Amino acid sequence: MTFIAILSIFVMACFVGYYVVWSVTPALHTPLMAVTNAISSVIIVGALIASAEAGSAAAKWLGLIAVVLASINIFGGFAVTERMLAMYKKKERPAPPTARDDAAGKGSRS
Amino acid sequence: MSILPPPPPQGDLPPPPALPQIGEMMNTHAVNPWVALAYLIAGVLFILALRGLSSPSTSRMGNRFGMAGMLIAVVTTLVTHDIAGLGETLIAIGVGGGIGWLIARRIAMTDMPQLVAAFHSLVGLAAVLVGWAAFLNPSAFDLLVVGDIIQAGNLVGIGTTIAAASRIEMALGVAIGAITFSGSVIAFLKLAGKMSGAPILLPGRHVINLGIIVAIVVLTALFATGNVAQGEYFAALTVLAFIVGFLLIIPIGGADMPVVVSMLNSYSGWAAAAMGFTLHNTAMIITGALVGSSGAILSYIMCRAMNRSFISVIAGGFGADSSGASGDAVKTDRPWKRGSAEDAAFMLKQAENVIIIPGYGMAVAQAQHALREMGDMLKAEGVNVKYAIHPVAGRMPGHMNVLLAEANVPYDEVFELEDINSEFAQADVAFIIGANDVVNPAAKTDKGSPIYGMPVFDVGNAKTVMFIKRSMGGAGYAGVDNEVFYMDQTMMLLSDAKKMVEEIVKALD
Repeated sequence: MTFIAILSIFVMACFVGYYVVWSVTPALHTPLMAVTNAISSVIIVGALIASAEAGSAAAKWLGLIAVVLASINIFGGFAVTERMLAMYKKKERPAPPTARDDAAGKGSRS
Repeated sequence: MSILPPPPPQGDLPPPPALPQIGEMMNTHAVNPWVALAYLIAGVLFILALRGLSSPSTSRMGNRFGMAGMLIAVVTTLVTHDIAGLGETLIAIGVGGGIGWLIARRIAMTDMPQLVAAFHSLVGLAAVLVGWAAFLNPSAFDLLVVGDIIQAGNLVGIGTTIAAASRIEMALGVAIGAITFSGSVIAFLKLAGKMSGAPILLPGRHVINLGIIVAIVVLTALFATGNVAQGEYFAALTVLAFIVGFLLIIPIGGADMPVVVSMLNSYSGWAAAAMGFTLHNTAMIITGALVGSSGAILSYIMCRAMNRSFISVIAGGFGADSSGASGDAVKTDRPWKRGSAEDAAFMLKQAENVIIIPGYGMAVAQAQHALREMGDMLKAEGVNVKYAIHPVAGRMPGHMNVLLAEANVPYDEVFELEDINSEFAQADVAFIIGANDVVNPAAKTDKGSPIYGMPVFDVGNAKTVMFIKRSMGGAGYAGVDNEVFYMDQTMMLLSDAKKMVEEIVKALD
């Protein structure tokens, strides 16, 4: 790919990012940070190439360490995002079986 | 490093079978359009992952898209490269993945800011390592070009070296990655309370930082323009970038952390994008651009919510010189009313509309579960309960929302500043728990106040204000006195936030 082709992708992606991120609801800004963290670890692609290719033992080891670091991020980032998102519930949730929550569900809210 | 005066070739790099034109990239791996397509699909899935976050109902689907994108990117890389060391690579993924998964399972929601900071540091360090690996083994990444080898002004032969453009991209990626790493480590230490959250101000720090950044730029230029890629320059700029990342975050105080965490989020994205340029990988470029703009937008939102310029936050030192400020003298001799949990419970029960304003103090006291219980009991009494969240409440964007969600507060009872601020006029009780500066009217009235211009909740419009605070002594982070303490309708509830809410719950029963 030529530099200009790559630059075009980059600039377009910046614009996509700009509009997509503004549409993220502020309530989900923490999960947004966690998930962007996970996806920015796509840098693991570079780490995998370095660890797989022959040619330099030092590069291979740096690559392997980078694979470990990026994997922590990928698994950790997606898992913690999943955990957080599972906690966001709407008001009309299936009532938990405690008396107090049942009573709360009948609260008068306009 | 890889000067190859042919013939005979020396060094660890095989000579190209047929020399392409000078300056042209050598394709040691044929570019397969299917591979490029796979990375593109991964990039699109990452866009969809962020798109899903526009609403809590679509967010989990979005997260799955993100996982799918990552799986595609990783598998594509594994199947298209020499997998001599596949075993080791899989072990590395397994070890890292296991650690990450365990951390994600165990982490308390109140600790999210430091976890995110720690994760940022890993992305930064990974970028540095990948950059160095690419430098040490450029043929693996198709970075070599053929060029003239000039020594002491004389053309001594033709050899392969890393393309100048690739060197700039590598230097950028490594520098940003190193800044992300050391900056995030400091942010992590401050957020985790392992280091004082107070700003640490070195004399002449702006000059030092600027000097180092200029030095990094100069080193990048030297690294890029030499006729071979010289490791000394690359190493020097890496070290300097580590140092400047550390120096940049040291002077920034605790409550400015939302900006810092967002900024480092942005940096980790730009580092990934720079590596994507080096590797010509669309998935990395798209992701880097997404994450970079995401962090930048969050920083902007946070700065706007504090009415401070990004530069002033980064320059640091906010709140450092407020220790002996004018507020202290005034505060002690002004009358204020103290309430008890029973008084508060009685008034809350009588109220029709209650707006709860949580702040960082609620997170510190872990009071969110007790608070939700209180909210549920009030709702059972027919009280209309809403939660109001300021954009900079807590230590990272959206921190309070996650804590309330964790405590099972439905997200449609939680409102943003601009959506709820007009409702205080109809509110019977404004219940402030662990927040201070975000309700301080000085932001609207006192031009000399350090928080002047910051959008705040108009709690003064509520019939009654309940203010949970440890003691009358400490003012908010900005170190300014708060008029709300002394208003006629204000009831100060002086106690630990969790203890006070639990007492109110008991009194409501």
